[in-house]
Amino acid sequence: MSSLNISISPHIRSSRTTQKIMLDVIIALIPALIASVVIFGVRALVLTVISVLVCVLCEYVWEKLMHREVTIFDLSAVVTGILIAYNVPVGMPVWQLIVGDVAAIIIAKMLFGGIGCNFVNPALVGRIFIMFSFATEITTYTYPAGGADALSSATPLTVMDKLDWSNFTQLFLGSHGGVIGGTCAVALLLGGVYLVLRKVIKPIVPLCFIGSVALFTWAFGGAQPILSVFAGGVMLGAIFMATDYVTSPITNWGKAIFGLACGLITAFIRVFGNYAEGVTFAILIMNLVVPYINDLTMKKPLGGAVKK
Amino acid sequence: MAKNANWGEERVSIKLLHGVHVPHRKNTAECVPVRMPPPAVVTIPMSMHIGAPAKPVVKPGDEVKVGQLIAEAGGFVSSPIYSSVSGKVKKLDEYMQFSGQPCQTVVIETDGEQTVFEGLVPHELTDFDSFIAAVRDSGVVGLGGAGFPTAVKLKADPEKVDYIIVNGAECEPYITSDTRTMLDYTDLLAEGIALLKKYLSPGKVIIGIEDNKPQCIKKLREVFKGDGGVTVDALKSLYPQGGEKVLIHNTTGRIVPEGKLPLDVGCIVINTTTVVAIARYVKTGMPLVEKHITVDGSAIKNPQNVIAPIGASIQSVVDYTGGFKCEPKKILLGGPMMGISVPDAETVIVKNTNAVICLDEKDAAVPEQTACIRCGRCVDTCPLNLMPAEIEHAFLIKDAERLGKLKVNICMECGCCAFVCPAKRRLVEVNKLAKAMLTGYQKAKQAEAERKAAAKAEKEKQRGEAVK
Repeated sequence: MSSLNISISPHIRSSRTTQKIMLDVIIALIPALIASVVIFGVRALVLTVISVLVCVLCEYVWEKLMHREVTIFDLSAVVTGILIAYNVPVGMPVWQLIVGDVAAIIIAKMLFGGIGCNFVNPALVGRIFIMFSFATEITTYTYPAGGADALSSATPLTVMDKLDWSNFTQLFLGSHGGVIGGTCAVALLLGGVYLVLRKVIKPIVPLCFIGSVALFTWAFGGAQPILSVFAGGVMLGAIFMATDYVTSPITNWGKAIFGLACGLITAFIRVFGNYAEGVTFAILIMNLVVPYINDLTMKKPLGGAVKK
Repeated sequence: MAKNANWGEERVSIKLLHGVHVPHRKNTAECVPVRMPPPAVVTIPMSMHIGAPAKPVVKPGDEVKVGQLIAEAGGFVSSPIYSSVSGKVKKLDEYMQFSGQPCQTVVIETDGEQTVFEGLVPHELTDFDSFIAAVRDSGVVGLGGAGFPTAVKLKADPEKVDYIIVNGAECEPYITSDTRTMLDYTDLLAEGIALLKKYLSPGKVIIGIEDNKPQCIKKLREVFKGDGGVTVDALKSLYPQGGEKVLIHNTTGRIVPEGKLPLDVGCIVINTTTVVAIARYVKTGMPLVEKHITVDGSAIKNPQNVIAPIGASIQSVVDYTGGFKCEPKKILLGGPMMGISVPDAETVIVKNTNAVICLDEKDAAVPEQTACIRCGRCVDTCPLNLMPAEIEHAFLIKDAERLGKLKVNICMECGCCAFVCPAKRRLVEVNKLAKAMLTGYQKAKQAEAERKAAAKAEKEKQRGEAVK
């Protein structure tokens, strides 16, 4: 008999792999992609595809240069690519988008050791890089379909005071100016429900995040607390960015604290800050304190006396 | 939160511990075990239990019969060993155990007659001590897998025993040997439980069975109908229901504290097959010499249950069932969640073996590890609320202090964390190593503290002398 495999138990594993999880995230992002093409036209799709290709290429080239194992098939770079594209307006020049992709993959992800080792969400770093480098382009929210109302060309956040419930449908369906993937709340929610049903994410972070944005916007005296959760990047951020495994806490209590704090900071920046949008910074700030949240919310082992 | 069904009157509902849904694959549940003829040679290791190895009392050339003592217990925590075959002792040999420790073996050439030893007589039990003596002499050890000498476990103050929990959970995939024991030896099981009740006077006996074995639950409920002292609990099929701590918690709600034994919370957990083996010894005098083995897996032609003599090689057992379907790439003693993968098919069946699982190339493949993405699935599924991802990180950066805080020492290596891990991290392997790292660290720390204390005492002594 030829040699037998020897390994430590368990000898069966579940069929779920990192790649399958990432594939589920990609599937969950598709409704928003379809919505963006409907709302902003084919250029939205083109930007997304370019962004994905650049992210995957960056990871591949970096790993080849560094003589490391190529990990592009785990599809995490694809997710990052889609998310960066979703975070820019449709009129964004391609080369500027590429700068964001490179920054996200190389600086935020690969320099810290690749998948699982980044301490901030790469897509958010990409967005912030673009935001500071090309401030004008990233805030030029074009809405090709045109129109005369308040929402057409500006992002709803900048005209929050003028909004009322008559704008709800527009906000919910996303037919207004904004970033590619962030306007259509219904498509993002659909993706979120898919992720929860597939047990890819738990609903704790999104619910706490969205709930606390509404609560604190109201508490700080911001305009239209309920509508505020459908405007700007809250849905995209809460469902797809704040739930990133690597950069969010591991326990349920930790996730709750993380979501609530993200919402609080978002509302704070929106109401008091210079920026109309606070989601990006809120998540990024909270990413940095995740290790501390993890330590504070450690689980109590069964029967394990807590040592002083 | 899920709850165990069928609680009796006075019971409170218990929040079940976490676990994973493993595939059941109980293909052999309908296969009544068939006794295989003895192989030409059996090799019986002297260490088939936790504790001191047994001491051989036979020498090469001796004639032995089935049930004859071949080795006596080597200490208090030990167990005697009986011949599983009739024949002639060929030699006393040595082999290397999985732990890396050498172990003495008795090799017996069988004559194929299976002549039963004349000295086997039913045992008259008079009191607690005679019961414990009988359990000790039966050679029975924890047959669920742990291999802890049962007599040592049962030698408890009956005052302390609130619950005896008979473990029929059999939560591992494939294995049906306990299932068959419960169905085919119901009488012996009932007699064994009666013995336990008589001599340990527990407040209650709970038989815990996963609800994927409705036939066992039904049959045992019929048997114990009207017996207020025995309840048959249908447990949710959620691996690892059969883990000792998990079973205690999910049937009684009690939690075994770190470093304590089940008895400290008034519980004794005993496997169904163990109970049957004790009852058989008391009734007929036949000690533990053969085992019900589930032979299954993707490399097995005819999955079935076999009654195999202890010391028979895996090869001989598999040959009896009809051989391999294809070349096996991994052979397990025990189930796929906690079983041990053996180096070759010449490895023998021992007292606590309950299954031989042979896997084909596809099933045997060891999945490639990728980076931990901190998804937290391991944390969500650990029945003992440990944090395997954190433990792995602490282990990799060699932070023994943190391993202590994370309580890696209470890990029972059930494998839930590694089972669910999408990155296919080898978390059980890491936990085993981390435990060793923690133990080493604690020992070193203690030695250091003692050395310092001694040095301090010495200094003070000198100072005291100087003052004088």
